[in-house]
Amino acid sequence: MTELKLPSIDYAALAPTLIMLGAALLGVLVEAFVPRRLRHVVQLTMALLAVLAALTMVVLAADERKITIGGAIAVDGPTLFLQGAILVLAAMALLLIGERSVERGGAFVAQAAVTAESADDRRQAEGKNGLTEVYPLTTFAIGGMLIFVAANDLLTMFIALEVFSLPLYLLCALARRRRLLSQEAALKYFMLGAYASAFFLFGVALIYGFTSGVPGRPAGVDFATIDAAVTNSPASPVLLFAGMALLAIGLLFKAAAAPFHVWTPDVYQGAPTPITGFMAACTKVAAFGALLRVFHVAFDGARWDFTPVLGVVAVLTMLVGAVLAVTQTDIKRLLAYSSIANAGYLLVGVLAPGADGISGTMFYLVAYGFSVLAAFAVVTLVRDADGEATHLSRWAGLGRRSPFYAGIFTFILLAFAGIPLTSGFTSKFAVFGPALEGGQAWLVIAGVLTSMVLAFPYLRVVVMMWLSEPGESTPTVAVPGGLTSAALMIGVLATLVLGVAPAPLLDLATGAAEFVR
Amino acid sequence: MGTILTNAPAEPLGTVAYATADGLLGSVWLLVAIPLVSAAVLLLLGRRADRWGHWLGVAAIGAAFVLGLTYFLQLRGLENKSVELSMWDFITVGDLRVDFGLLFDPLAAVFVLLITGVGFLIHLYAVEYMSHDTGRRRFFAYFNLFVAAMLLLVLGNNYVMLYFGWEGVGLASYLLISFWYERPSAATAGKKAFLMNRVGDAGLAIGIFIMFATLGTTQYDEVFNSVGALGATTVLVLGLLLLLGATGKSGQFPLQAWLPDAMEGPTPVSALIHAATMVTAGVYLIARSNPIFSANTTLQLVVVSVGALTLLIGCVIGAAKDDIKRVLAWSTVSQIGYMFLGVGLGGGAYALAIVHLLAHGFFKANMFLGAGSVMHGMKDQVDIRRFGGLSKHMKITWITFMMGWLAIIGMFPFSGFFSKEPIIVAAFERDDWTAWLFGMAALLGAGLTAFYMTRLFVLTFHGPKRWTEDIEQPHESPKLMTIPLILLAAGSVGAGFLLASSVPDWLTATAGLGAQQEGHHAVLSHTVITVLSLLVTVLGAGLAWFLFRNGTATAPQPAGVLVTAARKNLYTDAVNEAVFEKPGIFLTRALVYLDNRGVDGLVNGLAAGIGGGSGRLRRLQTGFVRSYATSILTGALLVVAAFLAVEAGWLA
Repeated sequence: MTELKLPSIDYAALAPTLIMLGAALLGVLVEAFVPRRLRHVVQLTMALLAVLAALTMVVLAADERKITIGGAIAVDGPTLFLQGAILVLAAMALLLIGERSVERGGAFVAQAAVTAESADDRRQAEGKNGLTEVYPLTTFAIGGMLIFVAANDLLTMFIALEVFSLPLYLLCALARRRRLLSQEAALKYFMLGAYASAFFLFGVALIYGFTSGVPGRPAGVDFATIDAAVTNSPASPVLLFAGMALLAIGLLFKAAAAPFHVWTPDVYQGAPTPITGFMAACTKVAAFGALLRVFHVAFDGARWDFTPVLGVVAVLTMLVGAVLAVTQTDIKRLLAYSSIANAGYLLVGVLAPGADGISGTMFYLVAYGFSVLAAFAVVTLVRDADGEATHLSRWAGLGRRSPFYAGIFTFILLAFAGIPLTSGFTSKFAVFGPALEGGQAWLVIAGVLTSMVLAFPYLRVVVMMWLSEPGESTPTVAVPGGLTSAALMIGVLATLVLGVAPAPLLDLATGAAEFVR
Repeated sequence: MGTILTNAPAEPLGTVAYATADGLLGSVWLLVAIPLVSAAVLLLLGRRADRWGHWLGVAAIGAAFVLGLTYFLQLRGLENKSVELSMWDFITVGDLRVDFGLLFDPLAAVFVLLITGVGFLIHLYAVEYMSHDTGRRRFFAYFNLFVAAMLLLVLGNNYVMLYFGWEGVGLASYLLISFWYERPSAATAGKKAFLMNRVGDAGLAIGIFIMFATLGTTQYDEVFNSVGALGATTVLVLGLLLLLGATGKSGQFPLQAWLPDAMEGPTPVSALIHAATMVTAGVYLIARSNPIFSANTTLQLVVVSVGALTLLIGCVIGAAKDDIKRVLAWSTVSQIGYMFLGVGLGGGAYALAIVHLLAHGFFKANMFLGAGSVMHGMKDQVDIRRFGGLSKHMKITWITFMMGWLAIIGMFPFSGFFSKEPIIVAAFERDDWTAWLFGMAALLGAGLTAFYMTRLFVLTFHGPKRWTEDIEQPHESPKLMTIPLILLAAGSVGAGFLLASSVPDWLTATAGLGAQQEGHHAVLSHTVITVLSLLVTVLGAGLAWFLFRNGTATAPQPAGVLVTAARKNLYTDAVNEAVFEKPGIFLTRALVYLDNRGVDGLVNGLAAGIGGGSGRLRRLQTGFVRSYATSILTGALLVVAAFLAVEAGWLA
């Protein structure tokens, strides 16, 4: 019997992930052993501390460039930048999740198992404290995302995908109000997510087949092996291209690119708003982090083959997002379609060759994450007796009722529309510039044209808020608690600062834009 | 045609170099900051500032004017009259560097003086004009915001800064046109202006991206110095895109339709934004980019053609309109056509166009404010068929409006004569038969201008009264409105001669601008052209006087083909609708239909969805998981097929 050789593990490099997963496990124990009335405070504090600790470890490891734990995890510039981004955005999302003063008991259901629309359900909606299981679920999801952007082989990537997806499916079902909508969203997300995972897994199998037979290398699904196989595998290229297509589908589903975007509006609308914000910001970072790594490290040799196909997907995504946003009547669905269109712009960055494309995409992810979380924070505040008032007609005249929040929302919408001096402008600039230099002018033209279209629905909301008289049904804006205020302020300030002086973050992204292979 | 459409460089380019701003000029950023801060204060303080807010707005623009004048005087003493102030690196991505910086040179300086000078007078006028409006503070905030954005536009030292200002003035204009948003026509006009401007903005944005892609920079000096190295086709495409942006902002063919509709805003807005300043941004863009436009003769020909065509369109439509502000608006379209003609001719004609722009800023602001004064006295009536005989009741308005009228038709010795006549002469100074084409267009335009402006003047101030019954005695406007009128009228009289004699020399100090072109001879002698242009002016004015001295019918009369077409804006709106609006609406509907029905339709006939639940929640849902899954599967098959097609070599 041969001696079992254990791979060396660099615990310091893995620390952020380990901290998050550890905190999640501790959170489960807290649910079991800490008295109910203390759980909320304990869980929230623990989750925030864990994020902070993980972020510290990321910062400390800033210059680390290595592959560890048997080639499963790569710790390099993009990994650390994206992990940092996920953690910062997740901290903001946790602030929104922990808010309990806007709605009595928080945004989450008190008992998930109560039949929707029953008398019990109505009682719980009146103000029982929400579930505290959301915190361990969220920390699990964050931990999964941290692995996802660092995964150096397709199997690790798949497992990470499931680790962060499963908690998200559950979280989507936990809205306090409109339970049916929320449960339906969760079920749809789960079924379609499972469906997409199957595509991904099938792709992994085909790629594995493709890598066998490369001289001097065993078959495998780590990125270095795939990269070597792309240039000199004796296997049929049909395996490579079919596998690459299926892998891309799995990832594009998470990224909400057309035509794999169909779940997005329903799920964004049904999920509790803080979770929607969390998905829009952090899931986007994770999905595009993985896309960057797969296409820049594993399939770089086939760049000329995948660029046209993914380019068409990008154009389609921008088009679908922008055109359908025009006719939306629900603010959460509107933001969902906007998020789809933004996925298209991000794909332009992914397809731009070289380090500039990578850094531009990473910058865009951070800038967009801040803005979209702030947008959803405002959505949580506009409410009436039945919870959030998300129908757009209800927002008419909001500028008269609460000029301050309407002003903030206007600013965020202008940022989404890419008006200069907001991060929306600089970030579009950061992805379109490298794409143009890389000879992808058609993508940039499509991007500029669709963002013109997309400006229309945003401005329609602005016009509605400011230029309509408030009606009887115009809701008031709730006074936000400290947590929401903090998240909102961070988001708005970041949107402004990244719009006026984006250079420091761009420098950081440029310095981090090289993968280890 | 072969000889005209040569893509050869029109003239050799000198090197462009800017000096660094120091001393007093180092504080040139204050020009933008002062109105901006004032706008922020007015918006943030809300009702607390209602009592004194308008005076803050006026003071901010006054301060900017004084500062602008100081900088202007400073500049005169300098060796290199183009000073640059770099504030911070705005964007740095790889080789791309965008500077957040300002450029103060003779061209920018005259624009600053025009914007703040005319702007100050219009602000002063608006204090009284808007005194009964509850939103006066908000109005002044938007007004200051507009001035700040416009100053940023002309002061930036690269195209990205220009784009910021460009979008800023677009936003402010949109807010101000729909200021009276409770009127549906104002809201629609605001939207129309916004959408047509977006078409132009898209052109400008793509143009700037092309600069990045081919030159790697957007700084004016670097772009101008290296534009000679670009291929002729690239320069052509770049120039056409910039021109598209310019036509959008300046209301030139084919994007002219929004400008007359923009008159739905308050009259001071029409005067400041849609007559004196913002609409000249397109002329500024072309004058500033003159090394690009000079680098390709085809490009110059296109600009000249757009100018000539627009100036005729504006005249013809202006002659058929009965709304006092719309006639003035179409005359603006037409006069900017003259400026485009000038900047398109290149060489020394650049400076002529700028002179006309400045002179136009005075007399058009004068006439718009005069129109506002008439409306003020006539209970907001705008139909010139219902005026008449006002000269006896509104003496100051009458006299000042007369100065503007004489200036715009180019009568000697008013300012229009000194600014427009040289452009007509320059149009005749071309080497081939196009000299006749453009020269005659400019000449014909002068005659038509004289006709419709005289019609406007006579119908408003002379002839029998045709007032509506509710008006007993029109009153003259208060002092705060008449004083700006008098000052602007003085400008309409005197400015032309002063400008025409001093500005061209001053502008040649602008880097790259005003390089004199030698070797062209006019096909007609200068004196002949001058006499001809005065002759057509007198003819046009005389004809209008003869036709309209006894007033006109108060209702539309049946008319021939040309007049009917002109009343309908020469059917340009119908073309816009057919070309842009209809396909856009159709595309949106088709996609929505596909999303809602098409995908579901594939699996139609199956029972209700998985969630179940109450009807209310059901109605919020549009789709079922099965149709989503079908759509994902279809997409997946397509993506896999596409990859395999690439592999088989069909797409690569």
